[in-house]
Amino acid sequence: MKDMKQSTRPLLSLAILLYGITAFAQTTFPYNGVYDEPDGFYAFTGATVHVAPGETLDNATLTIRDGRIESVAAGGPVPRGAVEVSLAGKHVYPSFIEAYGTYGMPDVERNRRSRRDGPQMESDTDGAYAWNQALRPETDASRVFTIDEKVAGALREAGFGTVSTHSPDGISRGSAAVVTLGATSENAVLLKRNVAHHLSFDKGSSGQDYPSSRMGTVALLRQTYIDADWYGKKNRDEANLSLEAWRNLQDIPQIFAVDNWQDALRADQVGDEFGVQYVIRGGGDEYQRLEPLKASGATFIIPLKFPDAYDVSDPFAADLVTLAQLRHWERAPGNVAAVDSAGISFVLTADGLDKPADLHEAMRKAIQAGADPEHVLAALTTGPAELLGITDQVGTLEKGKWANFIVTDKDPFAEKATVYQNWVQGKPFELKELETVDLADAYDVTVDGTRFVGEVSGDPGSRKMKLSTPGDSTSTEVDFTESGGVLTLRFRPGKEGGYYRINATPRGEGYAGTGRGPDGKMVSFTATPRAATAKTDEKSEDGKKEEARKPYQSRLTFPNIAYGLPDHPETGKVLFRNATVWTNEDDGILEETDVLIEDGKISRVGKGLSDRGAEVIDATGMHLTSGIIDEHSHIALSAVNEGTQSSTAEVRMADVVDAVDENIYRQLAGGVTTSQLLHGSANPIGGQSALVKLRWGATPQEMMFADADPFIKFALGENVKQSNWGDANRVRYPQTRMGVEQIFENYFSRAAEYGRALKAGEDVRRDLELETLLEILNDERFITCHSYQQGEINMLMEVAERHDFRVNTFTHILEGYKVADKMAEHGAAGSTFSDWWAYKYEVNEAIPYNGAIMHEQGVVTAFNSDDAEMARRLNQEAGKAVLFGGVPEEEAWKFVTLNPAKMLHIDDRVGSIRAGKDADLVLWNDHPMSIYARAERTYIDGKEYFNREENESRRQDLLDERNALIQASLDAKKGGSRTQAPRGNSRQLLHCDSVSH
Amino acid sequence: MFQFKNQLALLLGLLICTCVRAQNPTPAPSQAGPMAVTGATIHVGDGTVIENGTLLFRDGKIERVGANVTVPDGYETVDATGKDVYPGLIALNSQLGLVEIDAVRATNDQREVGTFNPNARALIAFNTDSQVIPTVRSRGVLLVQSTPEGSLVSGRSSIMQLDGWNFEDAAVLADDGVHVNWPNRVSYNWQTGDLIPNPRYDGQVRELETFLQQAIGYCDRPDGDVSRLLKFEALCEAVAGNSNVYLHADEARDIQAGVLLMKKMGARPVIVGGYQAYLVADFLKNEDVPVILSSTQALPGGQDEPIDQPYRNPALLAKAGVDFAISHEGYWQQRNLPFVAGQAVGFGLPYEKAVEAITLAAARIAGVDENYGSLAAGKSATFVISSGDLLDMRTSNVEHAFINGRDINLDNKQAELYRKFEEKYSRQQTR
Repeated sequence: MKDMKQSTRPLLSLAILLYGITAFAQTTFPYNGVYDEPDGFYAFTGATVHVAPGETLDNATLTIRDGRIESVAAGGPVPRGAVEVSLAGKHVYPSFIEAYGTYGMPDVERNRRSRRDGPQMESDTDGAYAWNQALRPETDASRVFTIDEKVAGALREAGFGTVSTHSPDGISRGSAAVVTLGATSENAVLLKRNVAHHLSFDKGSSGQDYPSSRMGTVALLRQTYIDADWYGKKNRDEANLSLEAWRNLQDIPQIFAVDNWQDALRADQVGDEFGVQYVIRGGGDEYQRLEPLKASGATFIIPLKFPDAYDVSDPFAADLVTLAQLRHWERAPGNVAAVDSAGISFVLTADGLDKPADLHEAMRKAIQAGADPEHVLAALTTGPAELLGITDQVGTLEKGKWANFIVTDKDPFAEKATVYQNWVQGKPFELKELETVDLADAYDVTVDGTRFVGEVSGDPGSRKMKLSTPGDSTSTEVDFTESGGVLTLRFRPGKEGGYYRINATPRGEGYAGTGRGPDGKMVSFTATPRAATAKTDEKSEDGKKEEARKPYQSRLTFPNIAYGLPDHPETGKVLFRNATVWTNEDDGILEETDVLIEDGKISRVGKGLSDRGAEVIDATGMHLTSGIIDEHSHIALSAVNEGTQSSTAEVRMADVVDAVDENIYRQLAGGVTTSQLLHGSANPIGGQSALVKLRWGATPQEMMFADADPFIKFALGENVKQSNWGDANRVRYPQTRMGVEQIFENYFSRAAEYGRALKAGEDVRRDLELETLLEILNDERFITCHSYQQGEINMLMEVAERHDFRVNTFTHILEGYKVADKMAEHGAAGSTFSDWWAYKYEVNEAIPYNGAIMHEQGVVTAFNSDDAEMARRLNQEAGKAVLFGGVPEEEAWKFVTLNPAKMLHIDDRVGSIRAGKDADLVLWNDHPMSIYARAERTYIDGKEYFNREENESRRQDLLDERNALIQASLDAKKGGSRTQAPRGNSRQLLHCDSVSH
Repeated sequence: MFQFKNQLALLLGLLICTCVRAQNPTPAPSQAGPMAVTGATIHVGDGTVIENGTLLFRDGKIERVGANVTVPDGYETVDATGKDVYPGLIALNSQLGLVEIDAVRATNDQREVGTFNPNARALIAFNTDSQVIPTVRSRGVLLVQSTPEGSLVSGRSSIMQLDGWNFEDAAVLADDGVHVNWPNRVSYNWQTGDLIPNPRYDGQVRELETFLQQAIGYCDRPDGDVSRLLKFEALCEAVAGNSNVYLHADEARDIQAGVLLMKKMGARPVIVGGYQAYLVADFLKNEDVPVILSSTQALPGGQDEPIDQPYRNPALLAKAGVDFAISHEGYWQQRNLPFVAGQAVGFGLPYEKAVEAITLAAARIAGVDENYGSLAAGKSATFVISSGDLLDMRTSNVEHAFINGRDINLDNKQAELYRKFEEKYSRQQTR
């Protein structure tokens, strides 16, 4: 700008430009009056035109007509008849494209139903649409779009010219439409319909109960893919406009909105199941797990909403903020750079920002944090255009495309960049008055013969002038406007006296003019530029070199919360020497014995072992056991119950495994290595179980216990009858034990019929629910049934026997002792609480001797947790089998190791210490069932996931890191950063009864 | 008569009588003649241990405790060689006796409506016929502080012994203190999990302060000067400093703010919960305020917290010299109180200190240490004989329990059901 030659010809005032100019175009609309719409023929000269990211023309001429670009060339001629607009010294960029907009869409009413209203079982959408009202593929953004000038204005101000907009409501949200931010008419601004199909895990305004959980949502999504496929076949008796719409949307980009990296992987996995590659609208935390996200192959739409600094001035309130939050605050701006350098394809969105105007600050932060400015520009222009298939219309400044561009004074992401104008489809929107003159830094000013020095400061559009007398330190502020080359000044020298009012026009290098003095008399005015002096601070800021990026104070761990691991642990050779080894095999408990593990497996058990390459751990006086297996757990899950229907066999807990749950680490510290993550007990037929190893720092997918038999959760009793849910919940079937039995009888009968139809080769609609139940009938899936009272236990065994299968496990089963003989005969295992009772009516006859009796009667018996806290002490719970009923210690220990392994059909791999089995081991400092025992080291697959000594040192590191980030937050506040009040988040502890929202 | 090897044998012995009772065992009769326990490792409760000790008791009172005590003639002797003797354990801050089946509303009497309920007395609702009680005392817990819950002021607790005909004769100390739940500084949104500063916090504290000031004024009024107001009347002992104010608070700054307010009001605060008490240990010592720690068997208070913070809390307070007891939540759960103390031993608390935290320290804090909490001449003969370490489930084996010298029946509904079904299966075997 300093070098900008002063324009000899004042620019056309934008006020004139703004006056009704419409591109020539034939329209269907009648015209009232004498047609006088010019064709908007302009030539913009002298600017640096950024045709496309990485392609820049200096001193270019850009011509537009009828709203489109006619030509762009360096130093090109001004065609005859074009209105010339001199943009010397300015920059022209393609305006931005919002790939994930909701502009002009109707408001989405959040569902306000409460639990007191009772369940809504059916859709309340009128018409022949999907059974579930969270499926809205029929929503066509182009049909509901209306121009919203207020929102459009804000977006234009941020530099956007085009938006792909969609209605953000539902799991399937229908199709997006591309519109410009013009103000003419919907007909003119709608560029393209059906550019993308939008999906999410959020059921939006739907008040329908199902799905109430994330796993229900995923199940609904899966079934919808299947249903849509089925719908395309001939033999169907159902008209379904939603499925029809869904089918029509499959060949366009599928954009899936998620909140975090785990959900991104989850969505991608569902896509993989149906051969769909989603574009992921991410959560902004992608940097935390780049590798699997890259492997997903997805393009990401990355948000630019970065958390404000936490106001940690109050040291106690600051305790609410977790280290994870502080880390994210520091690293979120670096997300774009991280995603980019990982080679993940991405575009950017302003969605999620408090207001579009925040875009610029966000971009600057992202660039400061290492993002490549050119890639950032592409991610807002060519990237979205390619993603949405509109490269023929927008994204670059090439001939034939819409004249959508912005005029700036410099790189729009630079500090204090000014966007003067935003042209949309050839029509200008003025954002800041385009400065027509280049003012010098300082002028020699005379006012009626008196000499002053006039210093100019401020940004274009908001200039200030200060008059001072040479040799006098006092100065006078001048009200100063510049318009169309005319300066208007008003000032009052000194505190006394009146105002001078002056008009001045360019003369030579400076200005001259006249005005009136305080006394109303005419006065003369001249302003002559002073010889260039040393650059002022403000000017030098433009060229200010980027401050070197500060190194991060925060660590990036797996997962990225407190106690996350700095690296993924590695498997090695480890020799435990001289331990008391609880083999859980015929050998029993071996004193002073060595165990060697390598390649993730137990390789040798014996005395005096040696191996040169092995890390040797002196385990003298310590006890080595196989890892604890929790048959009934709800940790590491983001939801527990679907429960809105009496059967939800189609839902899978694997879809909601949360690998970032700190309870994983806490339980490793209690010696737990494998957990069965169960659906809750809100309905008779719950969901499919997820069996995981507690591989701390892995992805949910990596946590899964490979090749394990599939299980499903069933439930009986008060929970499935909704006995303790209040009077509003007397609607969903069943409400009595009578109904519970009928549900089972009914579903298994239907599953059998389904199986017969499949076998007969009939054209059957694949039904994920019945398919799952059929697996049970075929002994391909196994039941873990939440149960308390003996009558119901017998009932389910009888149902199973009638349908020729066996109930694998009764879990909780506090009255197992009453029917242990029948269970043994049926072949059912029992996984119970050691001593819980009295918390509800159906456990009023629970006894702590339950485990002992079941064990005595030949039932494979285990103790489970169903509790994030108690799972940390399952070793002690095993001890209670000795206390109550006198189970021999060696057998009691199996209650939390080998026996649950048997129930889960994984006893060939875990649950005991034998060569060839997985090296899932725990080293205890004491007898493992003693109250005084502590797990010192916990291994899974031969990898050390917990080490008590390291845990101690990690604790101090966390405090130091936390403190550094708190200091940085205080710095940020002092430096004027926006802050937010501390807001913590505490994980909900999930139990069988937990109902998600 | 007292030679049974363990409780299991006792229970199996009772199998001979397969009669099934539908109610709790009959309260034990008063001590008939003088008795002696010999050869035992006696955990006195004050941190000391007597090896090979003898305990003499008569008419419900301890006569002598020591290593070199000769048993006088006429004493019925219990040979406790190789066994451990402990004072009867005291479960503070418990709802035992107030709740029978948590999910059945008709059996819940622990929570009154209204913001201020100092006049509510747990004593009145304490159900001696609760079938949960015998299951708890059979693990060595012989006294309980039956405690109301909820609201800003939940009511008054009472110290009860666990073998009574009715609440009157079960009461050891009626209305030992009033329970104040310090307002939450942080609100928890259970749907989102968000924790945000409670906007009503300051108002609630003021409300509490005003209420206490009103009570002070009321209690100072001459008789007949004012209509009888039960809620204020119920606070007179507390604001006079004659009974405890149990201040339920976990956060360090809540502990400080609460203690300062109570002291200002002339009350004698005891912290209940005290998760962060270790952070303000000096303050608590300086103010001479004891702490009833909530259960060690709990999760850490937040994601960044040390994973074993609840396990370590007792050791931290012991090291800092703060007077503390250990408690456990709930009602049926109280049978695990000894293990809750044992857990702390695994994380640095000296063993006898752990015993003290559920015996003498608890008695001292609740104001019943004149008679209970330790084994000393003149005190009540309330103790437990275990043939193994009482704090470790692996070894715990309560063989006898005495309350005021009465030999308590350790049977309970659960043991009874155990026998019933052992009988069922033994019949199948003989068939």
